Amino acid sequence: MRNVKSFVADNIVTLIFLTITIIAIPFSGLSGSYIISNLIDRFARSSFLVFALILPIMAGMGINFAMVLGATAGQIGLIFAVDHNIMGTEGLILATLVGIPLSVGLGWFSGQVLNRARGREMVTGFILGYFMDGIYQFFGLYIMGWLIPIRTAQVMQIDGGGVRNTLALESVRGGLDKIVSLKVGPFSIPVVTFAVIAVLCLFIIWFRRTKLGQDMRAIGQEQGISHAAGINVDRTRILAIVISTVLACIGQIIYLQNLGNMFTYTSQRQAGYYAAAAILVGGATVSKASIKNVFIGVFLVHALYITTPLAGKALFKSAMVGQYMSDFINYGIIASALVLHAWKNKRAADLARAGLRMSAEAQAAAGGVA
Amino acid sequence: MSSIKTFITDFGWPRIIIALFLLSLFVAAPIVGVDLGASIGDVLNRFGQNAIMVLALVPMVQSGCGLNFGLPIGILAGLLGSTITMQLGLTGLTGLLVAILITIVFGVIFGYLYGKLLNNVKGEEMTIAMYVGFSAVMLFSILWLVLPFNKADLVMGYAGEGLRRSIALEDYWGKLLNNFGQFSIGGTPIPTGLLLFVGLCVFFVYVFMRTRTGTAMTAVGSNPDFARASGVSVERMRTVSTVVSTVLGGIGILAYQQSFGWVQVYDAPLFMAFPAVSALLIGGASVTKASMVNVVLGTFLFQGILTMTPSVINNVLKNELSEVIRIIVTNGMIIYALTRKTKVAK
Repeated sequence: MRNVKSFVADNIVTLIFLTITIIAIPFSGLSGSYIISNLIDRFARSSFLVFALILPIMAGMGINFAMVLGATAGQIGLIFAVDHNIMGTEGLILATLVGIPLSVGLGWFSGQVLNRARGREMVTGFILGYFMDGIYQFFGLYIMGWLIPIRTAQVMQIDGGGVRNTLALESVRGGLDKIVSLKVGPFSIPVVTFAVIAVLCLFIIWFRRTKLGQDMRAIGQEQGISHAAGINVDRTRILAIVISTVLACIGQIIYLQNLGNMFTYTSQRQAGYYAAAAILVGGATVSKASIKNVFIGVFLVHALYITTPLAGKALFKSAMVGQYMSDFINYGIIASALVLHAWKNKRAADLARAGLRMSAEAQAAAGGVA
Repeated sequence: MSSIKTFITDFGWPRIIIALFLLSLFVAAPIVGVDLGASIGDVLNRFGQNAIMVLALVPMVQSGCGLNFGLPIGILAGLLGSTITMQLGLTGLTGLLVAILITIVFGVIFGYLYGKLLNNVKGEEMTIAMYVGFSAVMLFSILWLVLPFNKADLVMGYAGEGLRRSIALEDYWGKLLNNFGQFSIGGTPIPTGLLLFVGLCVFFVYVFMRTRTGTAMTAVGSNPDFARASGVSVERMRTVSTVVSTVLGGIGILAYQQSFGWVQVYDAPLFMAFPAVSALLIGGASVTKASMVNVVLGTFLFQGILTMTPSVINNVLKNELSEVIRIIVTNGMIIYALTRKTKVAK
């Protein structure tokens, strides 16, 4: 009985949203095979992005909302690939080669900023994402087409100033997914994409055991003691953010090659909202995250995305309700997960304090008798 | 020399740059052919529109809850106030007063619940406030569709249900405050009533922060342990500050609406906290200290830049650049404040 209770308490966020999904499925009127094939597709598309959040959580920096900087770098890479008319897999490789150095630089910058905002990394990272939107728009609309010439007409705005708001990625679409695509019954499985995700999982498992990985876990526990133990805390935290930003860059490229078009100035923001919701609904907290959380989270969050708008539409008989419902669910997941986690922490702290007081009183009582 | 240096470090480089930038915009305006009188009128009007929402942030900063990114919760109370009053068909001054009354009722309820929530998540208030605000706005978007509003000029024409995205205030209390005692000095219209209303609210908060409750609130913010030791309930003070902040946010959006002329529902309030927060910080507030001077100065500088940049830059360059400048200034200022060691500007 006690085990059940603590299991529920530990997985409350996941269980709540699992319940919502299960209730929403019949109302949505979708068939099982439709949901499953959609889930496979969406899992391949977006789980890489969610992995980008693991290392900063390990290093005690919370959810790295500044991962949108990496996603932005990936989008800049894709703009170059499309603009230079390099197709398919080579196009994606070029995009990655452009994106990685950029994301290393941006990651280093955001690591510096977050180190100055100790204790409020999450909100700072979030605002940093918006700040970057401004810089990125300046780059895309004014630098591109002026200092950096645009070669392809499809990339340019109609009036000739900068990069278009919606960019068709037909030339690189499926550049990863379609290398080897396996048909299993009604479902098609992008083998190479799954292989890339598997390699990333192995990388993370290996990385946790390296010296750097151990250092990150140590500073995630206690910065002061780690510093005393000779770990360069600032540098380790910056490295966690740099790796996270680079992973977000690659993740965004994988995501967009699957979708096949990109909202040049807003797609990166979606990546941030979505990845945070996924890892939290998968049972991660702002201080603890594992590969298991990513897998559960990606499946569950997409099951929610697929079913709840339709269920909302059916229940209220209005398409607009469905639309707002999915936005509400997305923000609601993050809000409730953060609240429940903070509340749990507070309760643990209160219990610990009460325990301390009781043992102090017990000691005092024992002292009185003696 | 050293006093100039301390002045600069106290005041902060970003603030000096922004003030100089605004000054240069005012100087450049007549040169590029912008009507300076009308521009100053615009700045004053937008100052009045936004100042109360900036003011709403002060109590929570003072009580240690940080920057209230959950301001949209207050705004939702204000939206309920105006839409319900319009549904009842009340117009003019009666309408505005009833709207304020309804806003206060909902503001107190929402603020109380929101404050209770924030008390349970100490240390992560800002991130959580932001997401709670976002969720609340989306939840209300659903409510605007399903609540039983049915007055013809409020609901969407073709379906007859669900509020319109923008509802005209013209026949209700649009520009009521703006037009009260409005006069012109050399082509610059002064929205007297609006400025008086803002002044009244600022004065109210100024007095409130000096009452027993207000002082206790500041004590909780600057040193919670000390405050607890002197018998102040930290939780209660934080809740009170959140209630005041939420109510003021609602009244702030009412002032905004009457000047703007439209009630905007659905996702319009989603990002309204950010300009308000940025304005307060530009005025010299930090994450832990804010004063009335910060509110007035900050709103003026921030709205000044937002008004002047498009009119000046559009005459010289292309359109969207002012939007880019707005994004960079708003968020750059917030990052600057979040990363600064907590030293306070006067």
